[in-house]
Parts: sequence; C-alpha cells; structure tokens
Amino acid sequence: MPVATDALPALIETDVLERVLGACLRTGGDFAEVFAEDRVNNSVLFDDGRVEELSSGRERGAGVRVISGDTTGFAHTADISERGLLAAAEAAAAAASKGDGGVRTIALKHRSVIAPHLVLKPGSGVAKADKVALAKRADEVARGRSGSIKQVTVGYGDSRRRILVANSDGVLAGDEQVRTRFVVQTVATGDTGMQTGFHSAGKTIGWEMFDEEEYDIEVIAQRAADRALTKLKARPAPSGKLTIVLNRGAGGTMFHEACGHGLEADLVMKETSVFRGRVGQRVAAPGVTIVDDGSYPREWGTSAIDDEGHPTQRNVLIEDGVLTDYMWDFRHARKEGHGQSGNGRRQSYECLPIVRMTNTYLLAGTDDPANILSSTESGVYCAKLGGGQVDTATGDFVFGMVEAYLIENGEITEPLRDANLIGNGPEVLMAIDAIGNDFATGIGTCGKDGQGVPVSDGNPTLRVQGITVGGTAT
Amino acid sequence: MTLELSDLVRQVVGWASGPEQIEAFAAHSRDAEVEVYQGGIETLSTAESDGVGIRVVLPGDDGARQGFAYTGDLSQEALRATLIEARDNASFATPDPFVGLAEPDGVAPATLDLYRDSVATFPTADKIAMALELERLVRAGDSRIKSLRTASYGDGLLEVALASTAGIEASYRRTGCSVFAIAIASDGDETQTGFGYSVGRAADELDVETAAAMAVLRSTRMLGATKPASRRTTVVFDPYVTATLLAILGGTLNGESVLKGRSLFADRVGEQVAVPGFNLIDDPLDTEAYGATPFDAEGLATRRIPLIAGGVLGGFVHNSTSARRAGGSTRSTGSAVRAGFKSTPGVGCRALTVVPGSLSPEAVLAAVGDGVLVQSISGVHSGVNPVSGDFSVGAEGLAITGGSLGAPLREFTVASSIQRMLLEITAIGNDVSWLPGGSAGLTLAISGMSLSGA
Repeated sequence: MPVATDALPALIETDVLERVLGACLRTGGDFAEVFAEDRVNNSVLFDDGRVEELSSGRERGAGVRVISGDTTGFAHTADISERGLLAAAEAAAAAASKGDGGVRTIALKHRSVIAPHLVLKPGSGVAKADKVALAKRADEVARGRSGSIKQVTVGYGDSRRRILVANSDGVLAGDEQVRTRFVVQTVATGDTGMQTGFHSAGKTIGWEMFDEEEYDIEVIAQRAADRALTKLKARPAPSGKLTIVLNRGAGGTMFHEACGHGLEADLVMKETSVFRGRVGQRVAAPGVTIVDDGSYPREWGTSAIDDEGHPTQRNVLIEDGVLTDYMWDFRHARKEGHGQSGNGRRQSYECLPIVRMTNTYLLAGTDDPANILSSTESGVYCAKLGGGQVDTATGDFVFGMVEAYLIENGEITEPLRDANLIGNGPEVLMAIDAIGNDFATGIGTCGKDGQGVPVSDGNPTLRVQGITVGGTAT
Repeated sequence: MTLELSDLVRQVVGWASGPEQIEAFAAHSRDAEVEVYQGGIETLSTAESDGVGIRVVLPGDDGARQGFAYTGDLSQEALRATLIEARDNASFATPDPFVGLAEPDGVAPATLDLYRDSVATFPTADKIAMALELERLVRAGDSRIKSLRTASYGDGLLEVALASTAGIEASYRRTGCSVFAIAIASDGDETQTGFGYSVGRAADELDVETAAAMAVLRSTRMLGATKPASRRTTVVFDPYVTATLLAILGGTLNGESVLKGRSLFADRVGEQVAVPGFNLIDDPLDTEAYGATPFDAEGLATRRIPLIAGGVLGGFVHNSTSARRAGGSTRSTGSAVRAGFKSTPGVGCRALTVVPGSLSPEAVLAAVGDGVLVQSISGVHSGVNPVSGDFSVGAEGLAITGGSLGAPLREFTVASSIQRMLLEITAIGNDVSWLPGGSAGLTLAISGMSLSGA
C-alpha cells in the first residue's frame, strides 16, 4: 500500500543545503546537487556450526556534484557540517568551472514522496539473540536434510539507509530504505566429489519478511541443501546449442543481462548498446513485455525515490516485443531532453549516480507452464540461474546454471552439473517461443562501473530456442 | 586528518578493559579520477575517506568469542560507541578455541618501496592531459575506432595502521596510478569493444602509448568475429585471462576454505596436482605486484609462499585463526586480508605468480599449432565453482591455425574442471606481467578443453 510521507531525514538543515548549493555554482556551474546518506548495517555470520561473527557498522557522509556543460565535478566528505560540505562544494565546483558564476540563490522546495509500502519491523530494532537464533535454525534444517551435507554457511543482514537529496532546481527529497537479507550456502560430499548449493531471499522491508511462507527460514535452508544434494547425482552438462526452459523466477538474470543493461541510457548514448536507435522497432518475440519498476512494493530493488531525488516509477521498456524506451538518469535525460525515469542510483554517497536497473521483470503470458515443458522434445530445464555478465556492445551475454536438468521427451530427467550458458541478447529475445502464465522473482546485487546496488529480476516459465550450453559432455 | 592513524589505533587499543583483547584497524584513502569523452572532461572526482574497524575478543574457558564493528566517523564518541557495539557483538558468538588476535611471530617486515610522494602533488591539469592524450591516441590508432566508452586517469594514496593488545603495531602506505580506456571499433553495423591500461605507483611509471595500442588491438581484431563450431581443443589464455585463472586457483588454496571443507585441494598436500613444469608462488614482497605490502591485515609481516612446486601441492595460505585451527606446526603465513575497514581479517593470496616458462607468446602459439586464443572471459563468478572444480566461462578470442593467429571468434564457452586444467597445461609463456589485481599474468596453453559454440 503506497503511503505519502513528509518525513525528511534530519541529516542537514535546509538553510545549510541552500548555502552549499549556492557555493557550488559560484564558479559558473549549471547544476549542483548534495546527496547525504546515513547507513547502518548489521550482520550475523553462522559458519562451520558456530556463530562466527556479528558485525555492525555506521557510515554517514555526503557527495556533492556540480555539472557545467558536459563536465561533472564530484567530491564527497564524511564531514556533513556546513564547513565540511563547503569544502566538498569547492572541490566539486573547481572541477566543473566556467569562471565566475556570480551569486545564485537556491530556494529548496520539499517534495513529499510516496513510500511504496510500509515497513513494520526494521532489523535494527530486533534483538541480536533473535537474529542468531534464526541463523542457527537454518543451519540445523540444512544439515538435517542429509548426512551428506558437510558444510553450511548462513548469513543474515539488515540495513537502514536514510538519504537526503537537494539540488539547484529546488528539489528537496528524502527516503528511508530498510532492507533484510538471508542467505544459506551448503556443501555436500559424495562419491563424485563436492557440490554446492545456495538460496537467498531479500526484501526492502524488515523482519516481517520471515513471516511470509516463501521466506520461511526452513524453506530457504531446505532449498539450499537440496540443490547441493541433487548435484551429487548430476552428470556433466551438455555442450552446444539447445532448447532451454526457464523456471519461473529462475531466469530474470538472463533478461537483466540480455537486454536490461543495453537499455541503460548512458550505454546507449555512448554507442555501446546493440539497442541504440531501435525505439519503436521489434526487438523481441510477440508477447514479450519487459518493465523496470523501482516502485514495486517490498522488492529488493525498490525505493520511494532514486538517488537523485526523482520518484521511482514503472517503466515499460519492451511492450509486446517492441522497444518503447530506455532507462534514464538526470544527466542523460537532460542532455536528450527526455524525462527522468527514476533510474539514477548509486552505491553510496562516495559514488556518482549512474543509470541502473531496479526491479526488472519479464511479465507473465498465457501459456500453461506444464504444457511448455511437455511440448519440449529435448533440452535443458533451468530451475535456478546464478549470476551473469554482458558485453552491451555485441549483446553477447553469459549466465550460470546452478540447478538444471535434462529434458527428454517432454519430461525433466537427470540433474546437471554447473555450467554457463552463452547467448546474444537480441537473438535470444526473438527466440522466446512460449511464455507461461505464472511468475516469480529473485534477488541479486548488480555491478556496474565498480558500484553494486540491490536489484531484483522476475520472469514466468519461458522457453527459448537455441542457447549455447557450455558443458563438457558431447 | 587531525590525528595520525597509528596514534588513533593505539588509543582505541588503550581502552581495553579486563581480560578482553582489542585490535583496531584504520585506513585513510585519497583518490582522484578524471574521465574524458570526445576531447572534454566528462567527470572529475576527488574522494577522501577514513574508517576504523574494531575487533574485540572475549576469552573464556571454552574458547574465545569475537565481535566486530566499524565506523566511518573518527570522532571520539563514534569510536567509543563502535567499541561498545563490537563488545556487545562478541557476547553473541559461539566460544571457539581457535579464534583470537595474531601474536607477534618474530618475522621482520620487509622494507618495501610502495609510496611515491609525487602522487599527492601531481597537478590535476596533468591528470586531465594524460587522459586526453590516451583518448587521442586510441582514436588515432585505427580508422575503425569510432569512439571510446571511456578514457580515464586515476590515482590513489592508501595509509593503513593497526594495533592490538597482543602487542602488534603495524603501519604502511602506498600509492597507485593507472590509465584505462575502452575503445569502440565499428565496421558497418558491427561494434566491438576492447580495453587497454597501464598501471604504476606514480604517473611517470605509466605508459599511455602501450595502453592505447592495447585498446586498439583488442577491439579492432574482434571485428568480423563469428561463432565457432563446438569441439574439444587446446586453449591459449592471454596474460590478462591467466591472471583471472590464478585468482580462482588462489581461492582454492585458502587455508580457511580448506579447513571448512570448501576446497577441492583439501587433503592433497604432497600430491601431483599440476604438470611438473608448473610452479605457483604468492609473493607480496615483489614491489612490482599491485598487491605488494609489508604487513598482512592482522599486522604480521608478509612473506613469499611457494604453493605449488614442480606440480606438487606444497600447502595453503593462512591467517592466525586458520593456522591455529589447522593445528600441528601450521603457523600464519602472513596471509590475512581485508576488503577494507568494514570487515574482519579473512585469508587470501595477494600477489600470485607462475614461474615463467621459456617460450615467447609466439612460440606458445607455434607449439599449439591449432586451437583458440582466448583474450577475455566472462561469467567467472557464475560459471566457475571453486568447491566442485567445475569450470565453464563465456569467451571471445581468435582462432589459432598452423601456429599463428587467425579469424576472430565470439559467443562461445570453454569448459573443463580446475583439476583437469592444471594437469593439461601444455605450454607456459615467458611473458610474465603484473596486472591490477592480486595476480600476475602470462600466456598459458591448456589442452582438452570443451569449446561450445554453434
């Protein structure tokens, strides 16, 4: 349920922000921005049968950006007093200087934001003993699946990130982002050596995440254990071009890589995307609709505003196979005379904002998932994919299979060992020939230009013709 | 900075009360980066950051309990609050007889020349000029270079200090500089990218021309690339790719992973794990290495560690906790590493290198005859499993035909297992070079790899 909020994190007084922004423009800059952040992280690591470590940390600081023409100057500081901010402003302004800009008065206007959802119980308020107990239970459940489970690592993490953005266009906006994450990793040992399993869950909410059936600790631990156990019996993955059926929620990474990055305006404008100049054209099979939605309630990539103070929104990137738009940040939107889309994100106050995905979903279609499988003569069924990587210039991308099976005569048969798949984004989008009426999401950390941000991916059951499977079996 | 880092960590350690042990690690960094685009400055960033990580160890009858907390705010109040948080965190840990701080081991730290005063005073205008020169050289390098995704100059100073109640006191500082470019080569509708770089401790150690030539070569030679047919073949890894392979291998030789049952090399010390000509060393004392440092992340002196000699596995790297857990005569190898002030010391290699062979890169190609040169790989984190050893990565490169380089190839994977690859090394180049990262690279040929393509 979206909720309007007027609360602004009390990090820097509005009159201080106005004076700092004024100082930023004294050397002739066109635009100035102060981004302040106060982040608290807590984590529990349960490893090798022990509570190995609890860690807590706090970081606070501000990044100051000045844009003059096509040049951006940036400096950051952990000193958010007026003196510290003015020093950062001076450094950023020196980099983007056009001479004397005179005195400009900035009047900030507080923009109330719509929180996509309510957070009930932030992890920072939960007793450490409860977090430890949760991790311990996951360890017990995972080990309880089989004596072959020889090692279990459980990670719990929570964070509270308060941000405040003010810029010379008068924007003043704030947001509080609470996230909770739980990860279980396992190692199983059998006659064929060791295998690993992994499952994770993360939401932009608090401790209430664990009340949901899908994020029950036992379910997460069982999945992580079973993935390793299944692979003990696995055979090497095949090598060559095959038909792939992706489980719902298993393959979002593929579209994140296959087209998501190529639809980021910065890469498009630098001529390093195969999707450049293709708005309005067919880039995917009919029925394929891809959206990026930073306002989707509770998801891992969700926030009320992006890290440039712009409200997040639902952006349709590909509609029924036709490319409709790219994703934008302030700088590229301004240059192209386009609206911002709420995709300007940064890892922390120490980084410049760049165009990033949030929650990227290939929407459900109309096919019955059971029919998709039964009508596939042979191929590979991907129950879960790992991470991936793309070269946006060629569109070539890879992603790893962490739980996969052979499909023989329309049925799932033997489990397969880990391997990467490789494909070409534009070709794969055109090669989707079945879209299920189901849907699920998964989480990850997306890396770009050295910055990591939380994202989620989602997809229905899908079939793709002709992806190269990088196994060793011939 | 108002207080010297070493004074600051000593002060925190002085706050220890009762039987508790404290270790304080402080880092101060200053970085600058210039990115240029089409002859103008695109971004100019300056960054200064400080932080302290505090580890508290509470001794007990069943073993010690460890807690950790960090702060980016170095005020007295913040440091005190961080210590209290670390103490509180320790009270929740399971007692463990092996957990604890490093004890001084008498190994003298080497004097390493890792700092250049010139970095602190190098004028911004000169940084901009170097980035612009790099962009100009890349554009001028080939008519098919239409633009660059980025051309940049970056430099940084890092200062680290550590102190503990166990009597450890260590500090060092180092500088680093680099230029980096990604060229975009086009021919008709086709676009290929390729990177080039040069690294050093100061700007005068950088070679902008070599960096530009590398970006030009790596992008233009991929134009016209096709998808190869699936087959089993010999793969030659270029030095940059080999460095990535060594980093993966280093992860499997981490003593903590071994003891926790997460390494494919557990119980294999003394066995022939690689071909007899393969010698792997972690040498953080080599000042050419990007990861060179006189002290590890627990304040012990770093040292040269032979890991594989004559193809035989010699041992693993350890920090003090993993060494105590291993027991017997195992001692820390000075291999505690941290990602920064926000984490506790883990275990890792810093400067992995293979003892070079006698063949030039051209001679390696000639010896291979027919195969594939891989110039870059992708999906390492998703396709290489350091526990099972399964290895499958996306690749691009050039065909090797009749002992020399042929047509460009893309959108294929190469797969095997880490165990098999070490035993199927057929040639080791003499072209060792240090790269930005924890390992050196050289040309390496491995036979029997599964290439999956069309």
